[in-house]
Amino acid sequence: MTVSTLLADLQLLTPELVLAVGAMALLLIGVYTKGEAKAAQRIMTLATALLVVTAGLSVWMAQGPGGTAFHGAFVLDSFAMYAKTVVYLAGAVALVLAGQYLRAEQLARFEYPVLVTLAVLGMSFMVSANDLITLYLGLELQSLALYVLAAFNRDSLRASEAGLKYFVLGALSSGLLLYGASLVYGFSGSTSFDAIAVAAAEGSQNLGLVFGLVFVVAGLAFKISAAPFHMWTPDVYEGAPTPVAAFFATAPKLAAMVLLARVLMEPFGPMTEQWQQITMVMAVLSMAFGSFGALMQSNIKRLMGYSSIGNMGYVLVGLSAGTALGLWSVLFYMTLYVIGVAGAFAVILSMRRSEGMVERIEDLAGLSQTRPALAWSMTALMFSIGGMPFMIGFFGKLFVFYAAVQAGLIWLVILAVIFSTISIAYYLRVIKVIWFDEPSGDFLPAPTGAAIISRIAALIAVSMPVVGIIIALVVNAGAGIGG
Amino acid sequence: MLEIGLGHYLALAAILFTIGVFGIFVNRKNVIILLMSIELILLSVNINMVAFSAHLGDLTGQVFAMFILTVAAAEAAVGLAILVVFFRNRGDIAVDDVNLMKG
Repeated sequence: MTVSTLLADLQLLTPELVLAVGAMALLLIGVYTKGEAKAAQRIMTLATALLVVTAGLSVWMAQGPGGTAFHGAFVLDSFAMYAKTVVYLAGAVALVLAGQYLRAEQLARFEYPVLVTLAVLGMSFMVSANDLITLYLGLELQSLALYVLAAFNRDSLRASEAGLKYFVLGALSSGLLLYGASLVYGFSGSTSFDAIAVAAAEGSQNLGLVFGLVFVVAGLAFKISAAPFHMWTPDVYEGAPTPVAAFFATAPKLAAMVLLARVLMEPFGPMTEQWQQITMVMAVLSMAFGSFGALMQSNIKRLMGYSSIGNMGYVLVGLSAGTALGLWSVLFYMTLYVIGVAGAFAVILSMRRSEGMVERIEDLAGLSQTRPALAWSMTALMFSIGGMPFMIGFFGKLFVFYAAVQAGLIWLVILAVIFSTISIAYYLRVIKVIWFDEPSGDFLPAPTGAAIISRIAALIAVSMPVVGIIIALVVNAGAGIGG
Repeated sequence: MLEIGLGHYLALAAILFTIGVFGIFVNRKNVIILLMSIELILLSVNINMVAFSAHLGDLTGQVFAMFILTVAAAEAAVGLAILVVFFRNRGDIAVDDVNLMKG
């Protein structure tokens, strides 16, 4: 490899290089800053700025043609560029939401933003993976950082239990994924996605490849918390510190879903018949567990965990279509979901009373009297995530169902609509508590960052013109992949 | 004389992998055993990778195995660190005690 090809390759990795070098620099600055609180404050600001800058960089790089680097192990197409921009922005939002909470809970340490930056770097490699090795390394970089984040509140039994559960199940899922990857490598003769696609087209009945595919999909299903691999989600959301749960619900979900979509559409595109059955079963199970599991919950973070399981089910309905339209609907739904969930967690992080943070659903009572702006925001966001007509979440579901109907999956869409109706019940319960239940005490003013983010997300949730803009972006992003 | 071929290696890896997965789900005693099971799964994958690599005459599998070894070491470090944190809070590492949150 000559110097000029190396430089050309590295140019495609500009955002990743900035993040990697930036994370190392942040560690150094953190260590050399005197005073723990001051270091935490400084690194938090710098890391947020770093993520915003890389988001800008990836928007700027989207003007270029993209291409592949390192002998095709890394690909930068419009699909990856779009996903990266959303992931960087979601990471920045997660950091903005975290600052106030971490200070209030005596958790402000400078490692937190560095870990988030490293996790985002891993996600950035995941969405650009074009080789099984890149896929694995990106996934592990993300997961290792997330395991530590889940147990970040190390003096809390709940948080350390959440971290332990997440670690054991996450490591198991990595093992499943790797076992699948080894079978795929053995039966296709290569780890490159392009070569696997050729092998899959030649022998779509090849039993070894089908086994490999099943294990790889199972491993990735853990990461997007699709049933039957969802067991960790509610526990981790409940046990981990709230800003960590907010981060878990947004950027990693999007990155893992984009990775799953790429793996299914590109290397295993010729085997759509085989994986369609798996994703359809996972979709139905996820929607069922998500809708029924959430009905009984009293903790709002746990509710959001079940809600994310259910929403992954709807995304899998779109993915099951296996068409370009399905891929667009996946990107579209995931974008709306990330915006909605970021806003909802901003409201949850604003639920502060004089005695501290509260996180039971009953504690939301009286929000409409003391904090009407937050109450309106939460109402709009819950309606949107639940898919009430003429909120933007509704268009996400519409698009997903349309893609599935076009692909002839009528019964799947009928089931999805039924589960969607059931799931409205628990979103309505939250809204009922906010507006009609007896208030049980006053809320403190919301932290500035959380207040701004919840309002922006709620505004997006009710403004239909945004739908057109996002659809235009998504169609542009999905153009290069699938068929 | 029995010729040891690809099939034997794959069978060995499959057996080790199954033992590892069962070790995670059936084990009700100790979290350390969970970590050992995870290690077993990753090493069975390595046997697969190296066997396929030799069979195909392609080095990629061995490179992949090197990466898996490295990441497995990092994973074990993170896992043990989380385990230590859990032990400090709970005073025990029995699997049955990881039960604070349910439903």
